[in-house]
Amino acid sequence: MIEEIASTADGNIILNLGPQHPATHGVLHLVITINGETIQKVEPHLGYIHRSIEKMCESLTYRQFIYVTSRMDYLSSHINNHACALCVEKGLQIEIPSRSQVIRVLMDELTRIASHELWWGAMAMDLGAFTPFFHAFREREAINDIMEETCGARLTMNYMVPGGVMQDIHPNFQRRVKEFITLFKSKVGEYNELVTGNIIFQNRMKGVGNLSAADAISFGCTGPTARGSGVSCDIRKLYPYEIYEKLDFEEILESDGDSFARYMVRVREMSQSISIIEQLIDNIPEGDFQAKTKAVLKLPKGEFYQRVETARGDFGVYIVSEGGTTPYRIKYRSPGFSNLSALDHMARGSKLGDLVAMMGTLDLVIPDIDR
Amino acid sequence: MTIEALKEKITALFPAVTFEEGGQWPTVLVEPTDWHRMAGILRQNDALYFDYLFCLTCIDWKTHLTMVYHLDSTKYRHNLVVKVNLLKMNPAIETVSDIWQTANFHEREVYEMFGVNFLHHPDLRLLILPDGWEGKHPLLKDFEDPINMIKL
Repeated sequence: MIEEIASTADGNIILNLGPQHPATHGVLHLVITINGETIQKVEPHLGYIHRSIEKMCESLTYRQFIYVTSRMDYLSSHINNHACALCVEKGLQIEIPSRSQVIRVLMDELTRIASHELWWGAMAMDLGAFTPFFHAFREREAINDIMEETCGARLTMNYMVPGGVMQDIHPNFQRRVKEFITLFKSKVGEYNELVTGNIIFQNRMKGVGNLSAADAISFGCTGPTARGSGVSCDIRKLYPYEIYEKLDFEEILESDGDSFARYMVRVREMSQSISIIEQLIDNIPEGDFQAKTKAVLKLPKGEFYQRVETARGDFGVYIVSEGGTTPYRIKYRSPGFSNLSALDHMARGSKLGDLVAMMGTLDLVIPDIDR
Repeated sequence: MTIEALKEKITALFPAVTFEEGGQWPTVLVEPTDWHRMAGILRQNDALYFDYLFCLTCIDWKTHLTMVYHLDSTKYRHNLVVKVNLLKMNPAIETVSDIWQTANFHEREVYEMFGVNFLHHPDLRLLILPDGWEGKHPLLKDFEDPINMIKL
């Protein structure tokens, strides 16, 4: 909904894209300065879904605050919870049972696939192809059903808690994950036939929204956005947490730095996540799913930082503790916030019609940006 | 570079800084007036090469504010945390958005949430908070808002 058009003295036109626009996937407001069809400047206005989560967390205990983080990047809610749980465990210096570690990684990777699936469908829809959306949601539903069975929720799972996971996996879990793997493998070829190899799609993506490796680092871009520019930034590889160092998977890098490169990174990452799940699904160790922890958690005085790799990039939880039951200050370093800051740089000089393709490949989740 | 070697290198380059013990990464405390020059060297020096600022935030300690910069090097994969203490009244510090472009957005967030004035910032305006919010800084500890309750 491009609502308001204002013209300035130098012939530039100011366009408002959003806050309610189907291509922004949420309430993001972009003020775009154009000259003819050429973008001069893109100015994001944030905060339409700002809930002051950081302030809220200051009055929540170390058991409670994790539930709020599911509401930030709601497509990676398991991974957000995981980061918080790891950060609290780092402060308490507790080891968690190996069963819960494996369950956590399985859940993370399922979430990553579900997130990339949704992105893939929405990305194609942004460019005018409606069918892929239904294909993507067919597989994503299968993951949501698995989550619902084990975690009791489809989107905000709140399954990872300090010390392990909330409850043991459902007896059907392994069977249904294996069914999903079979389903996914039979369909992934279809994705490439339908979208990746499509010449119209490629023409709209290749050479659009170029981001050099140096700029990606300077803007703090992470995740598939930076890996599309050839920047190695996968936290699972660089600063391994949980059991990622024991797993065999590849960090996907593409060197072109355009929208198509970022697209290819995400499509290829899904197969890597499937490979991680295959390595673990038959090897879930027996034992407890949660370590014994005290009912009231108190972190020692100090600072704790935990970085994890969400579907969008480097997510960080920074807890400053004064020794009490609630954090003194919490900072969430959200990947989307930094990725969005590169949009202006990417878009300058390109055509207005390409902006949607660029935004699509940044994979923005607005609650993650606004927090 | 090991943590000890990194600490030695930083001490050699910047004799004025003090190290804080106990954190997961080497942490240095810097004077606000030294920070911009030091940031440029941390970014440019071939042996340090801190090219990735992954987190920039502020903490309100009631008596003073502390700016916290988390740095990473994509070349050497070593990390450094830089802390700068600011006065509670009219806090101000030089921007580092000319060194790390990601600081542009992060500093705007700290500006509106904590009221820190970033000198020579190219575009210091509200980012997340709505227009007309000037003067109130929600993440300060003494912030109270009876209508939009965010404390539980």
